[in-house]
Amino acid sequence: MATSRDDFVIAIRSAFLKKGNKQRFSLIGLIFFSIGLLIVSKINIPVTNYLKITLNEIVYRTSFIVSVPEKKIQDVSNKIKNHLNVYNEYLLVKEELKEIQTKKYETQFLQEENKRLKKTINEYIYNSKELVAKVLIDKNSPFLKSIIVNKGSKDNIKLGMAVLDESYLVGKIVEVNYSTSRVLLVSDLNSKIPVGIEPGNIQSILSGTGKQNGKIEYLETDISIKDKSIVYTSGSGGLFKPGIPIGTYHKETDESYEIVNFFSKLSQLTFVKLVSFEEGNK
Amino acid sequence: MSSKFKNTIGSLILLYLPLLLLFISVFNEFDFNYLNYQYFSFNFPFILIFYWSLKRIETLGYGFIFIAGMFNDAVLGFPIGISSLTYLIICGFAAYLRNITLRPSLTRDWLYFLFTILVANSINYFLLVLFFSIEINYYEILGNIIFTFLLYYIFAHIFDIYRKILLRIKV
Repeated sequence: MATSRDDFVIAIRSAFLKKGNKQRFSLIGLIFFSIGLLIVSKINIPVTNYLKITLNEIVYRTSFIVSVPEKKIQDVSNKIKNHLNVYNEYLLVKEELKEIQTKKYETQFLQEENKRLKKTINEYIYNSKELVAKVLIDKNSPFLKSIIVNKGSKDNIKLGMAVLDESYLVGKIVEVNYSTSRVLLVSDLNSKIPVGIEPGNIQSILSGTGKQNGKIEYLETDISIKDKSIVYTSGSGGLFKPGIPIGTYHKETDESYEIVNFFSKLSQLTFVKLVSFEEGNK
Repeated sequence: MSSKFKNTIGSLILLYLPLLLLFISVFNEFDFNYLNYQYFSFNFPFILIFYWSLKRIETLGYGFIFIAGMFNDAVLGFPIGISSLTYLIICGFAAYLRNITLRPSLTRDWLYFLFTILVANSINYFLLVLFFSIEINYYEILGNIIFTFLLYYIFAHIFDIYRKILLRIKV
């Protein structure tokens, strides 16, 4: 009994404490160093933030170069899929185009009318500044849904800025380095965005599911959302401008299945718009 | 001279191929996520680190594994140090198995690998969720662990062949 315990202790000691052949560091030393790094990153000291930014800059650029072959494979795979779906998509687009053409003039009129009415009631009109950024890394990790873009603090990128694909919200800036930034996508579990659902102007929070869709959270029990309602940003909290479209709400009749399908394909982002909003002249 | 130089470069690449693969995989996360199969993903660095820590740790080295972990954290946006810690825990388990094993068997290594990645992932997610308040989808993790475990068997065979080649050409 005592011998087997001794064997266990010797094996553990040899595994963790002994520097192996051609090893410069012992395992236990590096484990303690990792724990130290974790504690330091939790405390958030400015010096470590600078070190982190430098590490991020180097790693993101290297990762972009290393990812080139995989991106090529991904592009080819997407092209093949697109070619196979081209006829069905053509029919859908044709239908949508007809609908859009009829709505176009109506929308223009409503926009102008909306501006005039906002001025009349002294409501804020939002001025926005846009910056186009290239997606450097799109890892689609099973754990965190985020992308890296090639704009950073040198381009006046700020934490919390909205990130759009065309005119659809896809995420917000959560980390700013000197020449790169990380965008947390709306599909990530940690993403919580105040939204308004139309029709009905229902206020709620959109949370990511970790997949390619989102879900509506913190909704009053007596409120029912119609199928195919449109989810927009509500502007609550002042982070985003109200009215940026995000996706369509879908539910089964028995309400067992409720999701928000995003307008934008989050796995195929190549260029995005980084947008800052400010309340303009009343 | 030139052929000698080519031979040296060639043998160096061949010798450090696992290290090269480790860095490529942490920078690139090649886990076929882009195929968008739900719940299909696997952790190639786990397989690589466990196998080479078990069979020939000189190929990777703890210092490089630690650095690879830091790079992985930066790519994934995790707190710096968490992947290094996970990787080193895997190294520790593999080193322990190496010390107590007299007659190596792939099946036993394979089952021990499952236990190792369960412990390593548990520590990883415990730290992420409780210490850093990062939400994580548990089904995705489960899928990742299952596929990593299943694929270890295949990769272990491939690495065995690669080791035999190394022995044959005496790199």
